[in-house]
Amino acid sequence: MEIVMAFVIGFLFMAATYLMLSRSLLRIIIGTGLLSHGAHLLILTMGGLSGEAPPVLADGVEASQFADPLPQALILTAIVISFGVTAFILVLAYRAYQSLETDNTAMMKGSDDDA
Amino acid sequence: MHNNLLLLPIIIPFFAAMVLLFAPKNVTYQRIVTMIALLAATVSAFYMLGIVYAQGPQTVTFGNWPAPFGITMVSDMMSILLVLTTLVLTLFIVWYSFSTIGVEREKFYYYPGIMFILTGINGAFTTGDIFNLFVFFEVFLMSSYLLIVLGGEKKQLQGSIYYLVINIISSALFVIAVAFLYSVVGTLSMADIAVKVAELQQPAILTVIAVLFLVVFGLKAAIFPLFFWLPKAYKSAPTPVLALFGALLTKVGVYAILRTYTLIFVHDPSFTHELLMVLSILTIIFGCIGALAYFDVTLIIIYNIVIAVGVILFGVSQMNTVGLEGAMYYLVHDMLIKAALFMLGGIIVAISGTANLRQMGGLMKRYPLLGWTFLIAAFSLAGIPPLSGFIGKLLIVESGFAANNPWMSIIILLSSLVVLLSVIRIFIYAFWGEEKETATTITSTTYAQQLTPAILLVCVTIAYGVGAEAVAPYMAAASEALMQPQIYIQAVLGGK
Repeated sequence: MEIVMAFVIGFLFMAATYLMLSRSLLRIIIGTGLLSHGAHLLILTMGGLSGEAPPVLADGVEASQFADPLPQALILTAIVISFGVTAFILVLAYRAYQSLETDNTAMMKGSDDDA
Repeated sequence: MHNNLLLLPIIIPFFAAMVLLFAPKNVTYQRIVTMIALLAATVSAFYMLGIVYAQGPQTVTFGNWPAPFGITMVSDMMSILLVLTTLVLTLFIVWYSFSTIGVEREKFYYYPGIMFILTGINGAFTTGDIFNLFVFFEVFLMSSYLLIVLGGEKKQLQGSIYYLVINIISSALFVIAVAFLYSVVGTLSMADIAVKVAELQQPAILTVIAVLFLVVFGLKAAIFPLFFWLPKAYKSAPTPVLALFGALLTKVGVYAILRTYTLIFVHDPSFTHELLMVLSILTIIFGCIGALAYFDVTLIIIYNIVIAVGVILFGVSQMNTVGLEGAMYYLVHDMLIKAALFMLGGIIVAISGTANLRQMGGLMKRYPLLGWTFLIAAFSLAGIPPLSGFIGKLLIVESGFAANNPWMSIIILLSSLVVLLSVIRIFIYAFWGEEKETATTITSTTYAQQLTPAILLVCVTIAYGVGAEAVAPYMAAASEALMQPQIYIQAVLGGK
């Protein structure tokens, strides 16, 4: 199972890298979204995919059957953080589109004042 | 309970930031609350410095959980020195902001942004948990996104998109690195990780993870070849924000490298520390090239950040007591002097109405005090003996000779010449020569208001240099603790 997940995550990283190397700002932001999906799935996989019961105390469930609760807490933290940052960069991109009037990052350089 | 006091430098700015959110349009209220909070936090950091010096590292584990299971906050000598330096220089930068940043920005959560950035930075310096370190990184990065884009000028929008994308990528890499580390050692507390890594004798996979952490923190700290984002992003920020970023943000990355490479990944130094040494020397060389290449006041000082990061990390990579002591001296010195230089540079730019050196000249006649202060700051940056940059660089160079890397030490000495040349060029172009017609954007009262905090900060660095004797025992204690990770581990895990 971990092998399959490793390949999936690898493809997510590949797609994210490809998208982030493109010129359009929106494609870059989609790339960062895929990158954080990959990172979150990686925490889950690296914590181990064994354990069939969710980590909630319940009658009749042995301690050995629980899934590792720590990676789930880490992912939850990382998800809200990347959510906040993504919201910020989306609004920033919107603002940049309004005042720079382009979505093309190559056109955004505007290095006319470089000495 | 002494121990809870170590949280005060984190909690006070955090609390102040929330209080500041309630009346954003009342600028007087914003300024007063910010100053009170900064003074209170500085006093508490001073107090903790005394306690840590007398009693060794202090720890708090949240919620009374035993050490590896809860989140531990650790205040050892290095942490508390950096927290104190951060607070002191922020005090001066905030004072400087009163007359530079402009009321419009002050009304739109400028001070809460600074307070949240302090929360994140002090938290990152103090935490003893690797995932918590990530969270505090995000706290100060998120606030830095706010500060870099606040005002919404075109050049700020361009620079901040660049800055955001780079930091999003490096944050994702940080999460990935933590995931790999967790799968190998199965713990997140830094002290416990150090114990587990020592038990495993650092197999190859941990060396790979060590390099991955170097990439992550190197992106934050702007080491070669990961510094490419820094000049463009920092150039777009307004002056007081630039001073804050230049003094603090890269130094948190340096601190994180220092911590992980002295505490956790110490069992394969012939690869990891060798790599760090080569990268730090290349960082110095490329920083020197950048510092000489431009005729722009801001860019010259920005490239000097890169050089200083290289010098500090060279001291770290030698892994001897002298090198680490030098790195600590130089780290504190560099934080103070970079803030001072950006403030002075900002005043020069405001007076001449341009950052281009070729269009300036002859400021000495009308602004002699600014000129002499800048000259002292420049000498201090280069490391002229009685001033603050000297002792740190001396120890770092000495450590290179002690560890049998004499050529590297000679490169560092040569880089000092380049640093001196680059800042003296600013002095010569801006202050000597014919007076030129300038589009001054500054009145004589605001000039005085801006110059006062800058001069006082330069005085602090002079005191730091002249009073090196008084600071020495603290620095020695810091490097002792770094050389013996056992002290840190024992403080956290309690004699296990």
